[in-house]
Amino acid sequence: MALDPLVRRTAPRFGSESARMLPQTRIAGPMPWVMAIMIALTVMAAGAGLALNNVATNARDEISGGITVQVVEGAPASRERQARAAVSLLRARDDVASVRRVPDEELADLLEPWLGEAANDADAVPTPALIDVRLSGPVTAPRLRELRAQLLAQVPAARLDAQAGWLAPVFEALRSLQYLAIGLVLLLAATSVAAVWLAARSALGTNRDTIEVIHHLGGTDGQIARIFQRSIGIDAALGGLAGLMLGIGAIFVLGQQFAALGSGLVAGGTLDWRDWLAIAAVPVAGIVLAVLTARFTVIAALRRML
Amino acid sequence: MSGSEDSIVQFDNVGLRYGTDREVLSDISFTLYPGSFYFLTGASGAGKTSMLKLLYLAQRPTRGAIRMFGHDLITQPRHALPEFRRRIGTVFQDFRLIPHLSAFDNVALPLRVSGISESDIQKPVSDMLDWVGLDHRRDARPATLSGGEQQRVAIARAVIARPEILVADEPTGNVDPDMAVKLLRLFEALNRLGTTVVVATHDVQLLRKVPDSLIMRLDKGALSDPTGALRYPPRRGM
Ligand SMILES: Nc1ncnc2c1ncn2[C@@H]1O[C@H](COP(=O)(O)OP(=O)(O)OP(=O)(O)O)[C@@H](O)[C@H]1O
Ligand SMILES: [Mg+2]
Repeated sequence: MALDPLVRRTAPRFGSESARMLPQTRIAGPMPWVMAIMIALTVMAAGAGLALNNVATNARDEISGGITVQVVEGAPASRERQARAAVSLLRARDDVASVRRVPDEELADLLEPWLGEAANDADAVPTPALIDVRLSGPVTAPRLRELRAQLLAQVPAARLDAQAGWLAPVFEALRSLQYLAIGLVLLLAATSVAAVWLAARSALGTNRDTIEVIHHLGGTDGQIARIFQRSIGIDAALGGLAGLMLGIGAIFVLGQQFAALGSGLVAGGTLDWRDWLAIAAVPVAGIVLAVLTARFTVIAALRRML
Repeated sequence: MSGSEDSIVQFDNVGLRYGTDREVLSDISFTLYPGSFYFLTGASGAGKTSMLKLLYLAQRPTRGAIRMFGHDLITQPRHALPEFRRRIGTVFQDFRLIPHLSAFDNVALPLRVSGISESDIQKPVSDMLDWVGLDHRRDARPATLSGGEQQRVAIARAVIARPEILVADEPTGNVDPDMAVKLLRLFEALNRLGTTVVVATHDVQLLRKVPDSLIMRLDKGALSDPTGALRYPPRRGM
């Protein structure tokens, strides 16, 4: 059967019952804007928090088994002997994953910016011998104590430090930043709830007459709520999508700038697919919230009518 | 009250007050019969709109009993009321058209609310718009229609679903006398198809234009029955 052009022209776009009842209803109002801004901010804060979390986790994994042994001895010959003794002692232990003596030239290169040419003159400025040790498993205080005792017995000039210990303040700072990000996400979520609620209410306030009319024509609460859920859902989806793009764009730009720093620590902050999934859930939660707000607001308004 | 089996609406000692004010309607008792044409008159503030609100279920009475379509309204749960409202057509004094919908979609609204399929909506709505002389304005928004045209859209919307009761509050309030008579002819035509019509108006000239009509008069919230029509209601078909 050929479709009457009239029928086709006025046919509902979405085919749903609510679309047929109020085909052109767009609640508009501040809804898409509020959504876009809140979602963008929440996405940025969530992205930063997740990246910080990854930085902290990666760094901790990387250095958790790390120990630095210094042999602080002014006399080069004694220093060399003690360093060799330390290396062989450490290699003999089966809880040591790797031992690497940092070559003196490498050390000199590291120190040159501070000490100048003197760094190459072992007599002028005595530098300690440096040994990078990686234990299997994390460095605990008892292990460190036991290792230190064993080492000092044969290498009196040895000094032992857990790398994680050096970095403790960095981890503290990272953790504070993470708490800050979590706090921000929570605050933004609370503000979003309030803003979406207000926007949905104001949108419905301007459509109160429409709600009343459909009510008087015998529309059920469910029918009327569905009209506004759908309309606000579409607005919220538009705003949420815009906010998501904005937020992800900001995360990419920041990520690129941090990547340019080239630091291994920061590179560990890359977001993986689970993080992106969490970020993508932000606008979905916003849309669900907006739709639920619309439903409860309409039903509450209708309950006040007979 | 006798003869209630074939009544369509029955008020029994109905009273209504808003908040804690005095009653705006007191001891209202009457019976409406299917297929009759009623005028509700009374001075401004007498309670006409309040009584119509009880009739189109926008308001519950504070006391008394109302039966409609053979059911006790007072004991109906809230979720049962939409079913009743779909059997009642209402012309509001201020039209209450939905501004962003075309004349066609405004008139189609009661059918869509009732879940009538789209293919069964096109022809009746077109015919109805034709009947009220607005076929050429079917795509116009209410704001672009004249007052009389809006009134006719409102009336078309009230009657499109063939309601069993038509309730109209000052439906000729904003139109010239010629248009008022024309609109009354629409109500009469619908009435002849079996709809019970209740028209509230303070325009006594209008009453004379419908010879078979019955008159209810409200005076400070009390109902009087000048023609005895409510007490001794004429049988259906008169
Ligand atoms: N929602 C309300 N709250 C409080 N009082 C109201 C309300 N609606 C109406 N009234 C009062 O009830 C009385 C009857 O009002 P109603 O609107 O029923 O009169 P009416 O006969 O329709 O008058 P008019 O011819 O001017 O439209 C008036 O005194 C009015 O002030
Ligand atoms: Mg009135």
